[in-house]
Amino acid sequence: MLEKNYNNRLQFMIDKKHIAIIGGGIAGQEAASVLTGLGYKVTILEKNERMGGMLNKWSKLFPDFSSSQLVLDAVKVATDKNLNVICNADIFSVQKENGRFKLSDNSSLDVYADAVIMSTGYNLFDATLKEEYGYGVFENVITSADFEKVHKSGEKLTTADGKAPRRVAFIHCVGSRDAKTGNTYCSKVCCITGVKQAIEVTQMWPECEVFNFYMDLRLYGSKYDALYLEAQKHHKIQFIRGRLSEVSERQGKELQLKAEDTLQGRPLRMKTDIVVLLIGMEACKQNEDLCRDNALELDENRFFKSKNIYNHRNSSTQSGVFLAGSCICPMSVNESLESARSAAMLVDKSLKVQER
Amino acid sequence: MSQFDFLQPKSRQIEIEQFDDRILTYVLEREQSFLTCISCGGCTATCSAGNLTSFNVRKIGLSLRRGNINDLSDEVQKCMFCGKCTLVCPRDINIRNVVLLIKKGIAQLETEKTL
Amino acid sequence: MVLTFRCIKWIVGLSKFDKIRLFKSIRSRRLFQSIKETFMEALLHRKIFRKNPVLGYMHMSLAFGWFLLIVVGHLETMIAEHSLFVPFHKAVFFRYYEGFDEFFLSGLFSFLMDFLLLFVLSGLMFAIVKRFRKKLFGLRRTTHLKSGDKIALTSLWLIFPLRLLAESTSAAVYHNGGFLTSGVGAAIDFIGNPAIFYYPLWMAYSLSLGFFFVALPNSRYMHIPTEVVFIFLRVAGIRLKKQNDSYTDVQVFSCSRCGICLDKCQLSVAGIDDSQSVYLLKNIRNKNLSDEKLFNCLMCGRCQVDCPVGIETIELRTVQRIESTREYNSSYDYLIQEVATKADVVYFAGCMTHLTPRVISSMKKIFATAEEDVWFMDEVKAPCCGRPLMLAGQYEAARKLIENNSRMILDSGAHTLVVSCPICYKVFKEDYKLPDVEVVFHAQYIYDLIHSGKLSVDTSNQRMVYHDPCELGRGMGMYETPRKLLGRIGEVVHMKDEKEYAFCCGGSLGNLKISEDKRKLLRDQALVTYEGFSPDILVTACPKCKKTFAAGRKLKVFDLAEIVAGAICVDSLSKEKEILEKQEADCYAVEGL
Repeated sequence: MLEKNYNNRLQFMIDKKHIAIIGGGIAGQEAASVLTGLGYKVTILEKNERMGGMLNKWSKLFPDFSSSQLVLDAVKVATDKNLNVICNADIFSVQKENGRFKLSDNSSLDVYADAVIMSTGYNLFDATLKEEYGYGVFENVITSADFEKVHKSGEKLTTADGKAPRRVAFIHCVGSRDAKTGNTYCSKVCCITGVKQAIEVTQMWPECEVFNFYMDLRLYGSKYDALYLEAQKHHKIQFIRGRLSEVSERQGKELQLKAEDTLQGRPLRMKTDIVVLLIGMEACKQNEDLCRDNALELDENRFFKSKNIYNHRNSSTQSGVFLAGSCICPMSVNESLESARSAAMLVDKSLKVQER
Repeated sequence: MSQFDFLQPKSRQIEIEQFDDRILTYVLEREQSFLTCISCGGCTATCSAGNLTSFNVRKIGLSLRRGNINDLSDEVQKCMFCGKCTLVCPRDINIRNVVLLIKKGIAQLETEKTL
Repeated sequence: MVLTFRCIKWIVGLSKFDKIRLFKSIRSRRLFQSIKETFMEALLHRKIFRKNPVLGYMHMSLAFGWFLLIVVGHLETMIAEHSLFVPFHKAVFFRYYEGFDEFFLSGLFSFLMDFLLLFVLSGLMFAIVKRFRKKLFGLRRTTHLKSGDKIALTSLWLIFPLRLLAESTSAAVYHNGGFLTSGVGAAIDFIGNPAIFYYPLWMAYSLSLGFFFVALPNSRYMHIPTEVVFIFLRVAGIRLKKQNDSYTDVQVFSCSRCGICLDKCQLSVAGIDDSQSVYLLKNIRNKNLSDEKLFNCLMCGRCQVDCPVGIETIELRTVQRIESTREYNSSYDYLIQEVATKADVVYFAGCMTHLTPRVISSMKKIFATAEEDVWFMDEVKAPCCGRPLMLAGQYEAARKLIENNSRMILDSGAHTLVVSCPICYKVFKEDYKLPDVEVVFHAQYIYDLIHSGKLSVDTSNQRMVYHDPCELGRGMGMYETPRKLLGRIGEVVHMKDEKEYAFCCGGSLGNLKISEDKRKLLRDQALVTYEGFSPDILVTACPKCKKTFAAGRKLKVFDLAEIVAGAICVDSLSKEKEILEKQEADCYAVEGL
């Protein structure tokens, strides 16, 4: 009897708790799914018109070429009395007032919550900053994001004037591990993206030569090295260890690359039809604003700082605010989902502890 | 028996224990950023002199770190000090200063030898 | 005596041509110019005054005040003795010898001398305060002193207070003082019998005076006479050579250690405070100049703009760099002569511009629209222009690069050489000998194209901040042309620190020692200032400045060629499209596609 009363009381308490999730990407949605399943009231605040975040722009996922739509569909939560979704809400301020959190955006929207999860995700590096690679100057230089767009549309990748490419070059580490762009960290997932996209190009154009220019090949995850093997064996993709220094344009919009084949120890000049820049992940610019009126902090790479990177990775430096997904650091889709679930469990634990 | 000289490749091996680190020490005392080189090859790729002759900045850095001074002094003469290597280096190494220091270090070694 | 000996040694040390120049100038009108400049700068310190009035007053009161004391004192003695020739010691120690005698205008002279002494003493007070509380003078740092300097300084500081006391004692004994000396004399009288202090004080005064002049040639105060020699030599048209000679010495010893160059140097923002100009000159004098300090200078020229003595700090440093690297200039034997293409105009982009390809594509667009016959000389490969090598001191080696490039340019038969990098511009203009070829900076070239109607641009109300590149602005004196060009397209914001007072972006090729981290501090100092003007964009005329500022991620940065290319009128655009399409068609025809 007592137990039942206690559980009822607990349920009653949980029913009253409201959690705000900033960012409606896959991490935000997954966290919402776990929390509503536990009985909490959740509001997702998404700054764009629709949910799904950056994954909306991606086509097939590494390492097994699953469709991104699969994941996007799986994380969708039905809006019901426990879940509220507000789009076009660009939250810029999180303040603690009387034990609760007040989230505000530029319009008259104010949301009050007992706990907050940051799942603001990431921005892609602006490749125009690496001017020597010619993005925005030469039409046949594109980024990995541009390539995904083409792949997602079902079209085949062509040069700017519509011809089939005879040769495509992928450039690793654009905007990552580069003191000149201010990002000295490794963006983790671009190398495997490069291998994946290289394979996709040969699937589009079997006769096309594909070269990947890398400094190091960081294929850290499960089945990633298997994809590398496949790329070499079945798709004849060539990997050259050498950092690209410049891209220039010859007559007829053909691109000329200047790199060094460091394993051979000799300079390499190569003509290519298309250059794909594998751009890294950066922290969202809004993170700075979100830190202003509270104890949230950014780390040296401008991502949100965790309380402790081992056993409190999902806790921020502000108690009551939790972190989920790639706003912590660059991570892959499955890692973002795991991070979101773990953040949700932490929220649940902390709110229950509060009650007691 | 000379055709079997390859069985005694002593001259080709890098003997880490015996390398001549005088120039390396001279450079590192004055330019610590050189420690972080990952031999990515960006410097060699963009080099103005490398465009015209077989000059390899990355190899110079490597020779320096392995104590191979013989090749160093001839190679380092080819640098035109244009500064492109320093502009592209992802580790923020002041490569232009490293080359200047190698030149100075070798010149100092020469004068010490004659003294 | 040591002074005259030193002076003669310097003049003898000049080259033959320089000596001729010097004597010619003395016999010509330039003599008056030299004298006028000596008066204005060495005495009145007009330039220091303009920069920092309090500092200027301090220098002026000591220099000009002392000068007047000597002149008026001489006049006074001449009148008192009724003769034109008076022994030197009588004029200096007049109050000692004067006694009770009254002479024509003695009252006026007493007043004047006292007034001048007060003038000098006020300056002295400033000097003492400045030594211990430099912030009050708006200076962030002052120069360090050697022990020899400290002795000279102490004796200098003692001269005038001792003079005051000595003359006051005379006033007390002989009643021959003005308002100041009588007053102090009365105070001395109150303390005790002035006659006791009489000899000791005059002795002390003459000792400190003597001490100072003996110490002078070996101390920093050597700058006083040296500055006068410097002015005469400079007005005579003598210039620094690419090696150390006596003109270098004269400049080095003319430094008055005023500290204005320290104030202007941006390196202090990065915590570098031992390689500035005043320290360079000190190290040269003491023969302990290390490479670490010599090469740790942006060569931006900010110190040279404000030096009140007019010392050519940048050229002096260049000479030291040449001396330091003399033993290892490379021979560049690997340079081969490439075949030149015949054209009217040669475009040399330069090493750095290849890393900002948008500038190149903008220039190509401009050339095509204006239908100019251009050979892009270094499109595939070419040696560096040679200036970065010169900035590193290796002038001899740079000659090889210059020869190679010159031959190619002359072989092309072009009559115009267009460059889009100020570093290249400076060396092509100053060190290359290209007969019948006009070297034009792209800002000037584009402006001429617009002026002659070959190119037309739309206007917009874009608000631009224009950053003066060091090599183009202070280096070549080109400030207005880029502004005129940009003014045709948008609005150029006027700033307080611009043109010769502009910031250096920090990307300088002149500094071989500074770390990339410290460069960022300099870059941010400039960027924060520019951001304060809320411009739409930041425009510059140098690829290194552009790359440096773009990495700051604060403002969007463009080269002026890009601004022009983006603003080209539509009519000219369709013409250019025709030309480009024709070029493409030709090239496909060649490749057999």
